[in-house]
Amino acid sequence: MSYKNVWTLSEQEQGKLKEVSFELLKRGRALADKRKVELVAIVLGHNLDKDDLQKLIYFGADKVLVVDAPELEYFLTDPYVNVVTKLIENHKPEILIASATTTGRTVAPAVAIKVNTGLTADCTGLDIDDEGHLIQTRPAIGGNILATIKTPIHRPQMASVRPHSNQPLDIDKSRTGEIVYEEIDKELLKSRIKRIEFHENEEETGNIQDAEVIIAGGKGCKTEEKFKMIKEIATLMHGAVGGSREAVDLGWISYPHQIGLSGQTVSPHFYLVAGVSGAVQHLAGIKTAENIVAINNDSEAQIFQVADFGIQGDLNDILPVIINKLKERKEGK
Amino acid sequence: MKIIVTIKQVPETGNVKMDPVTGTMKRDGVESIVNPLDLYAVEEAIRLKNEFGGEIIAITMGPPKADRALREVISMGCDSGILLSNKSFAGADTWSTSYVLAQAIKKLGEYDLILCGERATDGDTGQVGPGIATWLDITFTTYVSGVKEVKENSLVIERMVETGYEILEIENPSLLTVIKEINYPRLPSLRGKQKARKLDIPVWGPEEIDVENKNLGLKGSPTRVVRISKPKVSRNGELFVCKNDQDIENAVGKMFEFLESKEII
Repeated sequence: MSYKNVWTLSEQEQGKLKEVSFELLKRGRALADKRKVELVAIVLGHNLDKDDLQKLIYFGADKVLVVDAPELEYFLTDPYVNVVTKLIENHKPEILIASATTTGRTVAPAVAIKVNTGLTADCTGLDIDDEGHLIQTRPAIGGNILATIKTPIHRPQMASVRPHSNQPLDIDKSRTGEIVYEEIDKELLKSRIKRIEFHENEEETGNIQDAEVIIAGGKGCKTEEKFKMIKEIATLMHGAVGGSREAVDLGWISYPHQIGLSGQTVSPHFYLVAGVSGAVQHLAGIKTAENIVAINNDSEAQIFQVADFGIQGDLNDILPVIINKLKERKEGK
Repeated sequence: MKIIVTIKQVPETGNVKMDPVTGTMKRDGVESIVNPLDLYAVEEAIRLKNEFGGEIIAITMGPPKADRALREVISMGCDSGILLSNKSFAGADTWSTSYVLAQAIKKLGEYDLILCGERATDGDTGQVGPGIATWLDITFTTYVSGVKEVKENSLVIERMVETGYEILEIENPSLLTVIKEINYPRLPSLRGKQKARKLDIPVWGPEEIDVENKNLGLKGSPTRVVRISKPKVSRNGELFVCKNDQDIENAVGKMFEFLESKEII
């Protein structure tokens, strides 16, 4: 049997599909159309929401391949790696794309070894070349270069793409496709790792990955006290707080809020950034933000090159004016 | 506890050159450091050793001068180091790199734990740790932000994910990739530096470990870098320069007009 079709690895939480599952379908649809093959969404979980599975078809999948078992209720390395490996062995997809989330970045590298193929992490671009190979583009060396990578011989060709680096397709309820449940040998669901508890993040500072508005600060804030102005603006604008690597290293904000190559990639509708010079590492994390406003002391700062609106000046003077204006508007309405 | 820590020597980013023929990095003339994220793995190993006893073996694959990276982590508190270095290893992708590291680890006998940094700052893949565990057929997890409890045959750990923290129990032997929330790496001690300077670091090639030649280096790698380019990011937005309060008032006013036009507020 030869390798055929494009697969996306969906992700779920408590039976509901996560947004990244739909984002991946847009990438997958483009590849499947170019290869003139089917797009198959893979879902592992337990008590999966039927309407959500149907939505995968509305958002671009031709087929949904589901493995439903109590052991797959939430992500655990062993059963997830075993099941994805088994599905690949059974059906031989030509291309498998995963999201570069904590789950995707854990499952995919193990599966790649098991099925003996290459994997390219954190791709920003995926395409098909004239010979039908998957062309994978990714930033490397701290975002200093873009590397284009191929997996010439081994199959499937595997890649992960940054979450929220693209929107899903528009919903199309006229699309049809089949949802297939696959039985899996119980032996493959055994795990040497088990979950004892889960502590959800406090909502206070917001999850930056899904935020529409992000207010971020960096080293230029100088002190933790002044960084609080960033937090205040975020509260006033109902946004999440982000930080550069320096802000996180200085302890002004925790690591889950770090934006950039070694933190999170974000694509909010609005990104306000103050006191961040704009090292390539940081810029790589905000490329897909829709509207960027930057505030920095240095007119030569890199951050201004990617900003839609820039203010050069002392953030100690500028941020309080913004805060006041936001408060006025709030009271006015 | 017998702990193995994998480390990588990486270039100080910002000054990196690529080989246009192979698409791999030119390492000559660039200052090399221990991958900063590996230091958290080293620190966690030292803390576990200090509390529970045992030994720490650091292992790396790289050019001959990568022994300096091993000496640095030995000066922090690792007991010994092994350098995997050979021309046939060069140009390996994560598949081949994790294969060689796993085969070398097999030679070290029984162990309780393998610790890795979450990713290296040059390749940025985070794939070698999970790859090693898979070649060794041991269980693993990633993004570990804390070791909560050391039990007889398992560890209780905390793992950071997008929406919160998982508490997991993982059987020994296991491999963990750690993130910087886990600890603050210590600086090398004077005594450590003296020890590291004198210590003999064995260099292993394909002869010393049980490897299949077809799996080595660029030739053994499933992936190929076919092109390298410079990323471009530019939007050319308007820039308002503020020299006094009036400028600020004006610029912030314009900014709010911009926000309104984009339906942000």
